[in-house]
Amino acid sequence: MSSLRILVPIKRVIDYAVKPRVNKAQTGVETAGVKHSMNPFDELSVEESVRIREKKSAPGGVEDICVISAGPAKAADVLRTAMAMGADRGIHVDVKEGEELEPLSVAKLLKAAVEKEKSNLVILGKQSIDDDAAQTGQMLAGLLGWPQATQASKVTFAKKGDSVEVTKEVDGGVETVRAKLPMVITTDLRLNEPRYASLPNIMKAKKKPLVKMSLSDLGIANERRLKIVKVTEPAPRQGGGKVEDVDGLVSKLKELGAI
Amino acid sequence: MLFPTATRSVLRSVGALPRSTSAFSSPFSSPSALRRLLSSLAVLEQRDGKLNHGSLSAVTAAKKLGGSIHGFVAGSNIKAVAEEAAKVEGVEKIIAVDNAAYDKGLPENYAPLLVENIKKGGYTHIIAGHTAFGKSLLPRVAALLDSQQISDITAIENENTFVRPIYAGNAIATVESSDPVKVITIRGTAFPAAEAQGGSATIEDGADPNVEISVEWVSEDLAKSDRPDLATAGRVVSGGRGLKSKDDFDKIMLPLADSLGAAVGASRAAVDSGYADNSLQVGQTGKVVAPQLYMAVGISGAIQHLAGMKDSKVIAAINKDAEAPIFQVADVGLVGDLFEKVPELTEKLKSS
Repeated sequence: MSSLRILVPIKRVIDYAVKPRVNKAQTGVETAGVKHSMNPFDELSVEESVRIREKKSAPGGVEDICVISAGPAKAADVLRTAMAMGADRGIHVDVKEGEELEPLSVAKLLKAAVEKEKSNLVILGKQSIDDDAAQTGQMLAGLLGWPQATQASKVTFAKKGDSVEVTKEVDGGVETVRAKLPMVITTDLRLNEPRYASLPNIMKAKKKPLVKMSLSDLGIANERRLKIVKVTEPAPRQGGGKVEDVDGLVSKLKELGAI
Repeated sequence: MLFPTATRSVLRSVGALPRSTSAFSSPFSSPSALRRLLSSLAVLEQRDGKLNHGSLSAVTAAKKLGGSIHGFVAGSNIKAVAEEAAKVEGVEKIIAVDNAAYDKGLPENYAPLLVENIKKGGYTHIIAGHTAFGKSLLPRVAALLDSQQISDITAIENENTFVRPIYAGNAIATVESSDPVKVITIRGTAFPAAEAQGGSATIEDGADPNVEISVEWVSEDLAKSDRPDLATAGRVVSGGRGLKSKDDFDKIMLPLADSLGAAVGASRAAVDSGYADNSLQVGQTGKVVAPQLYMAVGISGAIQHLAGMKDSKVIAAINKDAEAPIFQVADVGLVGDLFEKVPELTEKLKSS
């Protein structure tokens, strides 16, 4: 089996525990001064890549784990975190604050990176928790003409050869597919439990190589196809108060026509 | 890419037509002329020769757009599915591709299949459900068409403008697409399934590019249940960490579900702790439901969970913590020990 050169795209997003607020101009959500962190699904991708190396689960071994992120200067922070978790190096594609790329552009950018870095496995999160699009991995696989396994909860390498078996979370249960490298996998919550970066590893990660690039270095333009007309708060939902006992609950549900 | 260019130019020439004749026509002729050109392809799901009626939501969304509506089905012995789909109200034509290679809906060969048929039919809008099938397939289709997909939409403003939740439903974005072919996945709970009766569409064989498939389907393990399907159920009872164990989850939640004829859901905490199957997870990263009644039992109400159920008609909550955030969205809340209150509720529902 060819040794693995894994590319792990990661995204810096508003921390999952923060309740986002729509900005006054209704053009997006307030991001200034809001805690950001690595998209939770991307942590799973990094963790899985590092585990493939540690557990020696791929017969050809892992030659390289490269993390890549497109975003403003602060995207470098999540790349450092990923390197502290065990990635070997990082690529930061510099995109100005507020000029976020759409999934199709990210997929094109990643295709260029895959070709440049000679990656044979790309592991992405199934969706980012900011735009909730769930597209990039599938788009990348389509552009590359590679097989894709989305919403992975288990990744198993064959003892010999280039074959990978992936269990995917689907509606109503799981489905298992098998494909040969090169391929694209997107991660689901059940895949693993990401580790915390230890302090010594955070220090070591500072010395790992982090290359800065521009979109044009990868031959990409930020071409937006979707114009954001407006962003609004969802209609608020008012709690209807509490009842004393089960009888109260039943009669209230009857009153509301729910039973 | 030849196709988008072609469509763009067709649209442009037709768009120009009413303008040149504007002196003779009403000011409303321009949009209606465009509307006539609009044509949607609803990608319908099938399993083992049966049409998935949930996927008929795509037809409802297509109706909101206006224009002609075709449906697409593929798989082995597809005739019966095509005939069933042809009866769906509002559909003009069913494109059917009879080939066992598409039975499992694997995007590696299904995406090129769809692209071929989209090009052949010159559709302006491609619509599928934001289901496991639609989510894995449509972005691949969109990339092959060089179109920026619009995911999980909840409303259609016009043929270019769509509404979709972002940030786990904490913000609602209205977006306008400039792509000549719009590739869209829809949130099933926002578009009820089209009537399976009353239509009389023609059935046509689709193009089959027979792309060699690069992935092998190995197996599946689907949870079997006699209870209603979670995504489309009218009532859902959902359990959280408060259930404490799988045994308790089954002992407490299943009888409650049966007394209401409800589907069973779960919070991420309950799924992670092994109380319930993954496929039952309700939330940002699980299923999004909007039943008539959602009853949350032992669920605190984290942002990610609310994202999956806050469009329910009536929300009821049973939780021992009076400060739990779930009470802020619940129409009716009961503070108490679920191990005591839920069996009592189950009994009372049974006897009433």
